[in-house]
Formats: sequence, C-alpha cells, structure tokens
Amino acid sequence: MKYLCLVYLEPDKLHAVADRECAACGQGLRDRGVLLAAEALEPIETATTVRVRNGKMLVTDGPFAETKEQLAGFYLVDAHDLNEAIQIASKIPPAREGSVEVRPVRELNP
Amino acid sequence: MNAASPVQDTIATIYESESRRVLATLIRLLGDFDAAEEALHDAFRAALEQWPLEGVPANPRAWLVSTGRFKAIDAGRRRKRFDALDDIGEKADVAFIDTAAWADDESVEDDRLRLIFTCCHPALAADAQVALTLREVCGLTTEEIARAFLTPAPTLAQRIVRAKAKIRDAHIPYEVPSRAELPGRLDAVLRVIYLVFNEGYAASSGEQVTRHDLSAEAIRLGRLLVELLAEPEAQGLLALMLLHDSRRAARTSAEGDVVLLEDQDRSLWNRGQIREGVRLVEQALSSGRPGPYTIQAAIGAVHAEAASTAATDWNEIIGLYDALLRVSPSPIVELNRAVAVAMRDGPAAGLAIVDRLLSGGELRDYRLAHAARGELCRRLGRTSDARFSFERALALTRQGPDRRLIERRLAEVSK
Repeated sequence: MKYLCLVYLEPDKLHAVADRECAACGQGLRDRGVLLAAEALEPIETATTVRVRNGKMLVTDGPFAETKEQLAGFYLVDAHDLNEAIQIASKIPPAREGSVEVRPVRELNP
Repeated sequence: MNAASPVQDTIATIYESESRRVLATLIRLLGDFDAAEEALHDAFRAALEQWPLEGVPANPRAWLVSTGRFKAIDAGRRRKRFDALDDIGEKADVAFIDTAAWADDESVEDDRLRLIFTCCHPALAADAQVALTLREVCGLTTEEIARAFLTPAPTLAQRIVRAKAKIRDAHIPYEVPSRAELPGRLDAVLRVIYLVFNEGYAASSGEQVTRHDLSAEAIRLGRLLVELLAEPEAQGLLALMLLHDSRRAARTSAEGDVVLLEDQDRSLWNRGQIREGVRLVEQALSSGRPGPYTIQAAIGAVHAEAASTAATDWNEIIGLYDALLRVSPSPIVELNRAVAVAMRDGPAAGLAIVDRLLSGGELRDYRLAHAARGELCRRLGRTSDARFSFERALALTRQGPDRRLIERRLAEVSK
C-alpha cells in the first residue's frame, strides 16, 4: 500500500531542518526499501496554479488560499498499513517543525 | 413458531453475551466491518431458523462465527457474479484456510482487543472514536448513541460511515498494538472510555436515564479492558469510574439540585462499588509508577473511605495532587489541590493559591475557579469579594442544577 507523506512547514521554517538531515532520512528509507520517491519543494511564491474550465486553461500565480503552512516536500512510501506509514512519517525530520499529512494513494481504476 | 419459545430465549441471551465477540472475530476473518455486520445478522437469522428444529449447538459461538463466515462467502460470490471487482469473496476465501484458529478462546479474546484498539485509533476523529466504540464494541444502535449524545441520528450515522471508510481506505490494521506502541494507543482507548463515562456522569441535559446508561456502558468497557489487558492504568480508570459512580445517589437531591461532596449523605454511597474501586486502586498502585487515572482514583478512594469531610485525610489528598501534577500538570489540578489545601490549612491558605492561579489567566473563564474563590472568601467573611466571585461564576454557568447551586451561595452572601 502506497502512502504520500506531505510535509507542511511555515514559511520561516522551510530551512529549519538541514538538507543533510533530510537527505539522510531519505537514504535510510531507500535502504529499507520503503521509499518510492521524495523531493523538497521551492517556496510557495514560485508556485503556479493551473485549472481547465470549459476547455480553457487558466493559469494563476500561487495557490489561492492564504495558508500559514505550505507544502514543503513529499515522501512517497510503500508501507504495510497506516500504522507503519505513521511510524515512517514520525521519523521525517520536518515533523518536528511543521506537520506531515499521511494520505493513502488511491489506485486508479481505469 | 411460538414467540416465547425457550430456544428463542436462549438465542436472545446468546445474542446479548456473544454477539460482540462474534462480530470482532468476523471482522478479522472478513477484513471488513460492514461485511462482518451483515454476516452477524445472517448468522443469527440462521440460528433463529435452525436451532428450534436442530437444537442449540454445543459451541454456539463457533457455530455463529462459522455460519456468518459462510454466509459472507456466499454473499461475496453472489455479488461477484454482478461485480467482478468486488473482493469480499476473495478475502473470505483466504480466511477459509484459517479454520483451525478462528474460534478458540484466546484468539477470540484478542479479536475483542483488536476491535477496541481499531475503534479508538488516533487516526480517527475523536467523536468518531466514541461513536464507533459504542456502536461496534458495546453494540448500541446508532439511534441510542445519537440520543445519548444529543446529536441528530443522521450526523452520528455519517460519523460512523466516515470512520469505517477511513479504516478501509487508509488501511488501519485490525491489530493489538505492539509493546512499543501500546502506551500511546492505550491512552487513546482510556480517553474514549472516560469521555463516555463523563458524558453520562455529568448528565446535565437530556434524558437522565439514557445518559446514566452511558456511565454504565463505560464501566462495562473498563471492565472488559481490565479483563483483556493487564495494564495498571486500565485498572486505575475502572477504579476511578467506580468510585465516582458510587456517589451517584448522593450527589443530587430529590429536587435535582447538586449536592457537594461535603454535604452528601455518605450512607447513600454504594459500598460494593467502593470496595471494588479501592481494591483496583491498590492493585494499580502496586505497579510502581502510577499514571493520572490511578492517582485520581486514589484521591477518590481517600474520600470514599472517610466518614466525613472533617475526618478526610487531606494531607494524603494533597500529596496525591502533587503526584498528579508531576505526571500531568494542569491549572485545573492545581485548583483542586488549592481546595484541599484550604481544607487542611484553612481558607486563607487556599485562597492565596486560587488568587495566584486566577491572576495567571488560564482559569479566567473557568466557572469552578470563581465558585471556589467565592466559597473561600465566604468562609473568611469577605462577603463582597464572595459576591463578586459567585456572580462571575454564575455568568459562566449554563446548566440548571449548577446555576441553582451558585444562586443559593450568592443568596447567602447577599443577605
């Protein structure tokens, strides 16, 4: 079962955890064979939102909602169940500074 | 079929004592709450048809589990013919291999623990944990839970549906947590049970009888947990609930007014519950490092064993509040401790602490802090200070009986 662990941080905490520590966390999970992908993201000011309405593409600057915490990175992991995914999420370093949302991946049913 | 046949009575009794056990095992075997509930109903329907003709089986629980499982496999196969993507049948087939283990006593008792821990999983919303526990573990109907919590039934049903969907879609496992995870997960279970208890115990609105049932249900859950899991804090919580509940008959007057501990007729206290509570506290304390429920129960035990307020060992109570502050510090615990200090060292000593707590700000809108201050000022003869605090307390109090209590006090200092 795949879970996406979304890391949220307040803007002034985006660099609160050293890159070295995040890289080590990712490597540790990769060595255990549970990590499918992980990346850190540039700050929200660099974001662009894309929508398609009535066949027309609408592009806007940033996300609409003013939120205190922003998406700062993600880990896509393969865990046995939610308990294991929560255990993994609790070890992601920015969990100390912000929060990690654990979302089960929905397999598409084409 | 005769409506009152002895076999039907037997089935009703077995439903009462076994249906939750059977459900807990069926959830494990079928891997799905809804399929298990359906299977449980089908199994009892089959019992109603077959037992009057064939007699009650030697092991009714095993019969019900096995019948429920086969009914679910059947239902899954039938559904599969129409919907190739449905996997209930597959899960049931996998469970079929497991026949040796499905009904022995030990795994059945484990299933009941699995059910409790799953319903109280911290990934579920707090109100959903409560609703799901009462529905699945206690077997209350959605309507009964809704009535007890003064919530519209559709809202409550929705909460339960959402929780079950999350269990299924996010893969919350049906398991007893490992030793390492147990302390945190047990806290969640204890919190749910205590919340159910308080909802019934602090009943101040709604139908008294229904809400009293919630306390009884919580005590039953507490007993079940103690029986299944030898954890001191579970014993502590059960003791705490029993000791609170032992005073039920004495804490409201015939007119429905609140009677404070010091004014209660102690002959109305339930001695059986006190004996059991005290015994459990002693067991829990002997474990060494008592948790917050055990310490609160120990405080309750000191009160329960005292012949009057004057004869209460306040020194012991203050020592227990100090221990409680060490394991779970909170301004409310400090307030309770201040009241105990007032009982031991006089109202002025207690008032000094209450004033310090109120100036700290956290208890500014806590009605009991103002009520306590009013009472201590009244005892010191500072009537205008007392009046000021009682008025503040009254402004923060909504419930009828609690309001009347403060109004009586206010009248006394306004003479």
